[in-house]
Amino acid sequence: MQPILEIDQLEAGVQGKQILKGISLKIYPGEMHAIMGPNGSGKSTLASILAGRDGYEIIRGRVLYQGRNLLELSPEDRAREGVFLAFQYPVEIPGVNSAYFLKAALNEVRKYRGMPELDAIEFLALVKEKIKLLDLDEELLKRPVNVGFSGGEKKRNEVLQMAVLEPRLAVLDETDSGLDIDALKIVANGVNCLRKPDNAQLVITHYQRLLDHIVPDKVHVLVDGRIVMSAGKELALELESKGYDWIVREAKRVN
Amino acid sequence: MSANVPNIDQLVRSEYKYGFVSEIDTDSLPPGINEEVIREISARKGEPQFLLEWRLKAYRHWTTLKEPHWAKAVYPPIDYQAISYYAAPRSKARYSSMDEVDPELLKTFEKLGIPLSERARLAGVAVDAVMDSVSVATTFQKELEQYGIIFCSFSEAVRNHPDLVEKYLGSVVPYTDNFFASLNSAVFSDGSFCYIPKGVRCPMELSTYFRINAAKTGQFERTLIVADEGSRVSYLEGCTAPIRDENQLHAAVVELVALEGAEIKYSTVQNWYPGDREGRGGIYNFVTKRGVCKGRRSKISWTQVETGSAITWKYPSCVLLGEESVGEFYSVAVTNNRQQADTGTKMIHIGRNTRSTIVSKGISAGEGQNSYRGLVVMKKSAANARNFSQCDSLLIGDRCGAHTFPWIQVMNPTATVEHEATTSKIGEDQIFYCNQRGISRQDAVNMIVNGFCKEVFRELPMEFAVEAQKLLSVTLEGSVG
Ligand SMILES: Nc1ncnc2c1ncn2[C@@H]1O[C@H](COP(=O)(O)OP(=O)(O)OP(=O)(O)O)[C@@H](O)[C@H]1O
Ligand SMILES: [Mg+2]
Repeated sequence: MQPILEIDQLEAGVQGKQILKGISLKIYPGEMHAIMGPNGSGKSTLASILAGRDGYEIIRGRVLYQGRNLLELSPEDRAREGVFLAFQYPVEIPGVNSAYFLKAALNEVRKYRGMPELDAIEFLALVKEKIKLLDLDEELLKRPVNVGFSGGEKKRNEVLQMAVLEPRLAVLDETDSGLDIDALKIVANGVNCLRKPDNAQLVITHYQRLLDHIVPDKVHVLVDGRIVMSAGKELALELESKGYDWIVREAKRVN
Repeated sequence: MSANVPNIDQLVRSEYKYGFVSEIDTDSLPPGINEEVIREISARKGEPQFLLEWRLKAYRHWTTLKEPHWAKAVYPPIDYQAISYYAAPRSKARYSSMDEVDPELLKTFEKLGIPLSERARLAGVAVDAVMDSVSVATTFQKELEQYGIIFCSFSEAVRNHPDLVEKYLGSVVPYTDNFFASLNSAVFSDGSFCYIPKGVRCPMELSTYFRINAAKTGQFERTLIVADEGSRVSYLEGCTAPIRDENQLHAAVVELVALEGAEIKYSTVQNWYPGDREGRGGIYNFVTKRGVCKGRRSKISWTQVETGSAITWKYPSCVLLGEESVGEFYSVAVTNNRQQADTGTKMIHIGRNTRSTIVSKGISAGEGQNSYRGLVVMKKSAANARNFSQCDSLLIGDRCGAHTFPWIQVMNPTATVEHEATTSKIGEDQIFYCNQRGISRQDAVNMIVNGFCKEVFRELPMEFAVEAQKLLSVTLEGSVG
């Protein structure tokens, strides 16, 4: 079976500083992987590179998405091809209505795939369905994108967008941070509902508690730009109790 | 990185769509200005004595004035003797029907999206089409006559309604008002005239479409709108010009008079040729627009979308004389490449309980410079008058500039003035966020800009709001930084 995402020996940096130092990873359809790791280890950098943010230099390696070279696609085409990033810090876009924004996004994706665009009524019906999943107030859709949203609302809004856009590969960058216990359950439930046999998810998190609700097939530990350990979900528990130090030492010993 | 994010310079390639020149035989005066030229203009138009005298007074006054340079705009001195002050398509002075109009002229306006012939004219919009110095045609005149509405070229009004012209000409913008208004008063060629009788609600949009075609000429048109008691009118002007390397001067005057209970809504979609990316060519748009709310409960509302011109210098204003009268100013001004705009409004509150609202949205891209300049005056007599002003600036890229110069004078302690201002920038992170959701860079910018201008677009007549949005996106094409 062809992986949805295949990262091979990826080295990358920003402004002359190398951040990713050789990352390899394969995610198959139906799988969910988690990435954990200390602050500054390069998790968001990896997510940004997958989504195509400008300003990163690829030093070595390759990234295949459904067998195609992902890095040569523009950010919008990656999105249209089904790559979705739930941002660690979703930006505010004043003046742009949330519903309008999401409808535009969905129709771009649909157009790209040769599907008919949805009109306002069809879109509203769809989004009302999805919004229930996230237990969000419909009123948020009438407000400008993320403007004045609470931290938790922003994160849930990211998952709402994901639910509407139905990506093939979703990268969630600390979507659990800043959520209260109830919101965490709601988001986790939302993400679980979006898990399908033909899509894949990559969840970046610092906390075991998220992984109580969404069970990853694999947990990778990223330290200083390298995946130093990959294992099943038990690894998350171990990290929670022991921290990262031991794993760093372990990694050094092995290398 | 390897992803092909288009860079700014590749993107800034927006074409000015209206830059063509029409092959029309033009009758023009040689360049230069003096009393002889003014007499000649007046004679060619067969004007009554009062008008010639008024022109001459304006000219003599103008010679005592200096070109103003307080605006935040930089340009080389204008040689007023190098400009031709009269250019007219050389054909019959008046047409008894549209069929007599030079087909090339009709074609020009058709190309601009303004069909004039009986068959094709725009539904629900009466159009006065002005090319260079003269009005070419006015549609729907007969239909409007049934309501007693006069809508015609200024020259026609001088011939057919000299009393109205004499009464109101210069009553809002006197010929002594300022350098460019004086010049206009001396040499103005044509423009639109509109009178709405008592109690009549004008059943359709009135509009004037201005087109500069001839080279090395200035355009000096004059518009006068009088709304009699209890009447209502919505008026729209649009303008374009060919692409030329030299700068051309456009110095217009617009006067609005609203009597008791009358309402005038004046909208502008200004798209004069802005010059090229290096700042070569383009129109100097130096315009004086003012309305007076003469009667109680009258209302004047200015809405402008300024996307064109190399330099824009205009401050559509309201003199709120009548008690409880209302003045409004809604503006979107865009400067891209080397464009400079210094625009805003004046709200002069004289009557009691007068109200005014100012909403100004400035968008700067490329190396554009955008200034809001506003004056709110509460005279001693303006008890309980209120003003609310909101000036927002949006920057696209790092090389442009936005400036705000709000002036407030309050001479009555019961008057209230509120002013809010914001400056924001379209950030790379906002664009990337949109990209990540499948929305292209250009669409992201359009979306953000349209959101920013929403409050102003809402004020435009429906069919023009859509036009304005499109125009804005063309103006900003590729201006992402
Ligand atoms: N534009 C940039 N310029 C310079 N350094 C950068 C830039 N972007 C990221 N870095 C650096 O790269 C390293 C990795 O950052 P990254 O955001 O990927 O970490 P992270 O693993 O997501 O951390 P956290 O858990 O805190 O979110 C950090 O040291 C960061 O300071
Ligand atoms: Mg991070």
